[in-house]
Amino acid sequence: MSIKRRDFLKIVGYGIAGSIISLGGGFIVGRGSEILAMIDKQGEKKGVKWAMAIDTRAFKSEEDFEAVIKACHQAHNVPNIPDKNREVKWIWVDTFERAFPTAETEFISEEVKRRKFLLLCNHCDNPPCVRVCPVQATFKREDGIVMQDMHRCIGCKFCMAACPYGSRNYNFYPPREYLASMNPEFPTRTLGVVEKCIFCYHRLDEGKMPYCVEASQGKMFFGNLNDPESEVRKVISENIVIVRKPELSTKPKVFYII
Amino acid sequence: MYNTGKVIVGIIVFIIFFTIPFWLNLGKVKALPKPELPKDETKCVEDTDYMRAYHMQLLHEWRTRKIRKMQVYYMNHEGKLYIMSLQRTCMKCHTSKEKFCDRCHQVVVTHPDCWRCHIAPEEVKK
Ligand code: HEC
Ligand code: HEC
Ligand code: HEC
Repeated sequence: MSIKRRDFLKIVGYGIAGSIISLGGGFIVGRGSEILAMIDKQGEKKGVKWAMAIDTRAFKSEEDFEAVIKACHQAHNVPNIPDKNREVKWIWVDTFERAFPTAETEFISEEVKRRKFLLLCNHCDNPPCVRVCPVQATFKREDGIVMQDMHRCIGCKFCMAACPYGSRNYNFYPPREYLASMNPEFPTRTLGVVEKCIFCYHRLDEGKMPYCVEASQGKMFFGNLNDPESEVRKVISENIVIVRKPELSTKPKVFYII
Repeated sequence: MYNTGKVIVGIIVFIIFFTIPFWLNLGKVKALPKPELPKDETKCVEDTDYMRAYHMQLLHEWRTRKIRKMQVYYMNHEGKLYIMSLQRTCMKCHTSKEKFCDRCHQVVVTHPDCWRCHIAPEEVKK
């Protein structure tokens, strides 16, 4: 049996149409699996361990500190409470003997001891606050950030007692009443929860640097501690660095270049 | 039996009296909430029926994934990506809490505590 020319052309036509459709379909499915892979992968950042280095030599004037603190506190709606015993702070400034009480006896130059130091949550590798939290409101993420889930916090203050660095503050006052302006992109907190620096997890996850690092204009360094090529690793290896209260073996991940 | 007629009439009057609210509202549904929908958008994150019934579960899932599982994006059933955030995603389209969330919640008498911390679009202090 022979095929008519007309039928042959029809079959070829169907064939071409079919392959174009399947090509398009394949393209869409291919893209879909790409997106799915991206969604699946977003949670796992294997081998990342975030750390910060602060160049204390570069922080000279009050304004240098102000700029950094303001950037953080404004972005995260941290209230400005006048009562010094019950204030709330994520990043603040203190003297050498208060920041490094056990290093005081060591042979560090007078000039260094007169400097002011920028203090914040150390995001310890071995965080005591995480161990004491009865509701797992504070926990360590895979990338080393010590996170505080405000939704779970019951305000028991155990973590404040456990933290050797005073990085945690309880909301004794309604925080909204002490805010001059609000950043609508970030929540506030409420009466009766504990809060602290969260290493700008929301910015890191979106591929940006923390607010303080950005505002410091090169005086602070941030990066992956596990990557030998990263900026923090470089500045840590090229300079003399100290951490706060190393004898407690909490393994802080905020390094001070002196 | 004494006064049968009067008693039956009494019972009927009694029943009618106590069911007046029902008769007055017959055929009218008044309590249906009318949340103000976004004008320049046509689609929610998932389809409208799903959102109506399960938005609290979606929000719960978002906050768990974002805070505890280190994820940023949510993919809906059409493959569109959204940043998982109450203030930065939901409230960018639904630009009023009072005219949207509250209108429904007042009817069903539920008081989610989210807004004690999360900033509703209308209470942004400049
Ligand atoms: C891209 C813009 C957009 C975003 C983002 C968005 N919505 Fe919507 N939403 C809409 C639109 C448009 C409608 C109305 C859909 C319709 O008319 O069918 C809607 C409808 C709804 C409804 C049903 C209202 C009704 O008519 O009963 C609920 C509930 C809702 N959204 C909650 C949310 C929540 C919660 C979030 C965050 C997780 C969210 N929406 C994020 C645009 C959005
Ligand atoms: C279509 C009406 C409607 C709209 C619009 C709506 N909700 Fe709801 N919401 C409900 C209903 C109904 C419930 C369930 C109440 C219950 O189970 O008692 C609920 C419950 C909730 C809950 C859980 C409350 C609890 O205590 O368990 C949260 C959280 C919530 N809504 C958030 C929102 C947010 C945020 C918005 C605005 C973006 C919003 N809803 C808009 C109808 C609505
Ligand atoms: C105690 C204060 C507080 C309450 C109450 C609260 N949140 Fe939050 N929420 C926060 C803070 C602070 C963050 C930022 C992440 C962090 O530090 O835990 C956040 C983050 C989130 C996120 C993810 C990130 C983002 O940008 O939105 C979602 C989703 C969320 N909350 C939903 C809710 C819902 C839904 C409710 C109400 C049932 C609620 N929250 C109640 C404080 C609160």
